[in-house]
Amino acid sequence: MCLALPAEIVSLDREKDTAIVSLGGIKKEISIALLEELAVGDFVLVHVGFALHKVSPEEADRTLAMIKESGEDPLEEFAA
Amino acid sequence: MKYVDEFRNGALARRLAAAIVREADKSRMYHIMEFCGGHTHAIFRYGVQDLMPGNVRFVHGPGCPVCVLPIGRIDNAIELAERHSATVCSYGDMMRVPASERRSLLKAKAAGADIRMVYSITDALKIAREHSDREVVFFAIGFETTTPPTAVAILQAKAEGLRNFSVFCNHVLTPAAIQHILQSPEVRALGTVAIDGFLGPSHVSSVIGSRPYEYFAEEFQRPVVIAGFEPLDVMQATLMLIRQLNEGRHEVENEYVRVVTHEGNLKAQALVAEVFELRPSFEWRGLGDVPYSALRIKDAFSEFDAEKRFQVTTRRVRDAKSCECPSILRGAKKPTDCKLFGTVCTPESPIGSCMVSSEGACAAYWSYGRFRQDAGVSGVRTHKEAAE
Amino acid sequence: MTIMTRFSSWLDHRSGAIDMMHGSGGRATAQLVTELFVRHFDNPLLAQGNDQAAFDVAAGRLVMSTDGHVISPVFFPGGDIGCLSVHGTLNDVAMSGARPLYMSAGFILEEGFPLQDLDRIVASMAAAAREAGVPIVTGDTKVVEKGKGDGIFITTTGIGIVPEGVSISGDRASPGDKIIISGSIGDHGVAILSRRANLEFETEIRSDTAALHGLVAAMVEAVPDIHCLRDPTRGGLATTLNELAQQSRVGMRISEAAIPLKAEVHAACELLGLDPLYVANEGKLVAICAADDADLLLAAMRSHPLGAEAQVIGEVVPDPNAFVQMETTFGGTRIVDWLAGEQLPRIC
Repeated sequence: MCLALPAEIVSLDREKDTAIVSLGGIKKEISIALLEELAVGDFVLVHVGFALHKVSPEEADRTLAMIKESGEDPLEEFAA
Repeated sequence: MKYVDEFRNGALARRLAAAIVREADKSRMYHIMEFCGGHTHAIFRYGVQDLMPGNVRFVHGPGCPVCVLPIGRIDNAIELAERHSATVCSYGDMMRVPASERRSLLKAKAAGADIRMVYSITDALKIAREHSDREVVFFAIGFETTTPPTAVAILQAKAEGLRNFSVFCNHVLTPAAIQHILQSPEVRALGTVAIDGFLGPSHVSSVIGSRPYEYFAEEFQRPVVIAGFEPLDVMQATLMLIRQLNEGRHEVENEYVRVVTHEGNLKAQALVAEVFELRPSFEWRGLGDVPYSALRIKDAFSEFDAEKRFQVTTRRVRDAKSCECPSILRGAKKPTDCKLFGTVCTPESPIGSCMVSSEGACAAYWSYGRFRQDAGVSGVRTHKEAAE
Repeated sequence: MTIMTRFSSWLDHRSGAIDMMHGSGGRATAQLVTELFVRHFDNPLLAQGNDQAAFDVAAGRLVMSTDGHVISPVFFPGGDIGCLSVHGTLNDVAMSGARPLYMSAGFILEEGFPLQDLDRIVASMAAAAREAGVPIVTGDTKVVEKGKGDGIFITTTGIGIVPEGVSISGDRASPGDKIIISGSIGDHGVAILSRRANLEFETEIRSDTAALHGLVAAMVEAVPDIHCLRDPTRGGLATTLNELAQQSRVGMRISEAAIPLKAEVHAACELLGLDPLYVANEGKLVAICAADDADLLLAAMRSHPLGAEAQVIGEVVPDPNAFVQMETTFGGTRIVDWLAGEQLPRIC
C-alpha cells in the first residue's frame, strides 16, 4: 500500500510550504507541510503529492552494506 | 532512480536468497504475513516467493485501503455525487472498485455524476476554489500514510474559509488491524491461519514510527520487521525474521531505517491528532467491525466533514455471494481457493475488491500470472526448466 | 464539397469559433472548407472540389485502414491531435508493409471550438501529410452542438499498396522467431499524462508520434519476409505482444532488461503507479522475423532515424496458452497479461 518514492528537493518555497522535487529527471511540485528543516539536495519520500519523511543517505548505505553482508557465504569464503 | 534501483539488484537478490536457504531451519515452516499490499505487489512483481525455499511462505494480509473498504462506503460516495450533486474527487485506485449492484465510481461517472480522479488532495482543494458554486467532496481513503495530507488539506480549507469543500473520511489504522488479526479465532484458537511473524509496513511506519508495533510483538510474541517496499528490502527483512524465529526472539526490528525512525514523523502525527479522532468502531471488509481502527473528523472541523454535512448513513452491504475476499484479506484463503477467481471475477469484470486494487492479492496473482505457473499450466516453464 | 473563392468577409482565424452554421452545408461550410482545409492540405485532387477523389493505382495488393482520434489535451508535448491523426492511420497502413498512397479526413467539431486551434491542428495535419508524402485528398466536416463533443474528433482513412513478395500478418509468428522493438516505450503516454489536469508534472519527454512507413520501407527492403509488424499504440507493448501471440497461437519470452525505456518515462511511471509495458506509443513498431533475418533487420532499422534505438527484446516460443512471459531485471519471470481496463494513476 501507499505508493511513495524518494525524490530530490531542487527548490523550496517556505511561504507556500511547497517544494519542487526531481525524480529521474521529471519535476513535480509537492507540499512540504508535513516536514520541518528541509534543504535543497535532501531526498524525501513523496506520497500523494506530499513529502512524508526525509530519506537518510547514511542509513541507505548502511542497509545496502547489510544486505551485501547477509548475502556473503561463509563457506565460500572459507573455501577461497 | 536513487534509493530505488539499488534495492532491485538481481545479483544481490540471488545471494540473499542463498543466505535464506542456508539459514532457514529445514525442519520447520516460516509463515510470514506481509501486512501491506505494497509488499504483496513487490513479492509478485519481482517473483520473490520463487526465490524462497519451500518452507518460507508469505501470507498476504489486509493492508490495502481499497480492498478493506466496505461496499456501503463506496455506495455512500456515489450517493454524494448523484443525490447531493456534489463533485466527488478521489484517487484513481477507487474508480473501478465494485459498489452495490455492480456499480462503481467510474460507472456513476459514465451515467453523468461529476466524479473526478485526482493525484493529490491538494487538487481537490483547487477544484473547490475554482468552482465555488459546487459542493466538492474528497473521498478520502488510506492508512496512516495518506491521512496527514488529508489533515493538511482540512486545515488549509479552514484557514482559507472554503465553504464548499468537505472530506468523506475513510482513513483506517494499521496497528488496530494487525492486532485484530492476531486476536481472530483463526489465528488464536483454531490455528487455521499460521502467522509466525510480520513484515511491518514501510510507508505507514515512516509516519507512525516503529514504536506502535512493540506492544503486540510482546503481547502476541510475534516478531515484526519493518521492511521497505523494494524487493531486496523484503528479502533482507525476511532473513531478519527467520533469524529472530530461529533464536526464539519476538522483537520489533527495522530494516527500513533510511526512512523509518522509532518516533516517526511527529509533525504529521500532531496534525492528524489536531483534525481527527478515533471512531469507536469501523467496519473492514474481511475483518468485520474492528474497534478503534479508523478515524473521523473532530467536531471542531465538522463543516468539512461530508458525513455530517450530507447526513451520510452507511448501509451494511453483504459481499457478493461466494466471493472469498473476506477470507483472503484475513490470510485464511488464497485467491486460487476462490471459485470466482479467474472465471467470473477477472480484472476486466471484478466482483471483489481484491481483484481491483493493484495491491489486492487476487489482482497480483492474476496480473503476474504466478498461479498459472504454480498450476503447472502446460507450456509455462521457468527459465531453469527451459534451460534443462 | 464545394470550393468557393469569394465570400463577403474572411474567416476570423484569430478570435472566431465554430458555430452550427459551419456544419450546415451552406456558404459557411464552404468557406471553412476553402479557407482552412483546402488552403492547408493544398493538393490538386482536393482542389477539384468533388465529393470524392478519383485516382489511378498500379496493379497489386491494396490495403486500407481507418482510425478515429479523440485525445485530451489536443495539444501535447511533441505533437497534437492533427499530426497524430495522420501518423496513426499511416502507421496502420504501413504495418502491412505497404507504401501509403492517399488519405481522407473526417472532422467532427463541437460548437464553440476556437478557429485558431482548428487552424493550428489542420496546419499540423497538412505538415505531417506533406512530410510523409501522402496527400489528404478528400474529407468531411460536421458540427455538433456544444456539450455533445470534446472540441474536435478526427477520423482518417488511408490506402496503400503492398510491394510484391511481402506478406506481413499478425498470425505469422512462429517458434524461434525474434521479436524486435524500434525504440523506447511509453514516451507518448507519459507526454500526454504530464499535461492532464490534476496530474501535471514537468518533463522533457515528448510524444514519439511519427509516420513509420519510411522505416518500414527500409525494413522490407532489407528483409522482405518480415513475419509480423504492429505499432504498440493503446495498451502498449504488452497488449500488442499478447495480440500477436494470440493470433499466431504461440508464446513469447521477452527480457525486461532489453526493452528500451527512458529514465524519465520510468520515473513518471513509478510516480503514478503505471507499468510502462502498458503505456501508449505513437511512433514505435514491433517486428517479428525469422532468427536468421534478425541481424539484417536490426541493422536496417538502426540505420533509419526512427529505428536508431531498435533492440531485440525476446523470442517466440511454442505455447498453446499463448502466454507472454518476461524475465525481469530482478531475475525472476512473470507473465505479461493483457491490459485490463484503462491504466489509472494510483496511490497504492
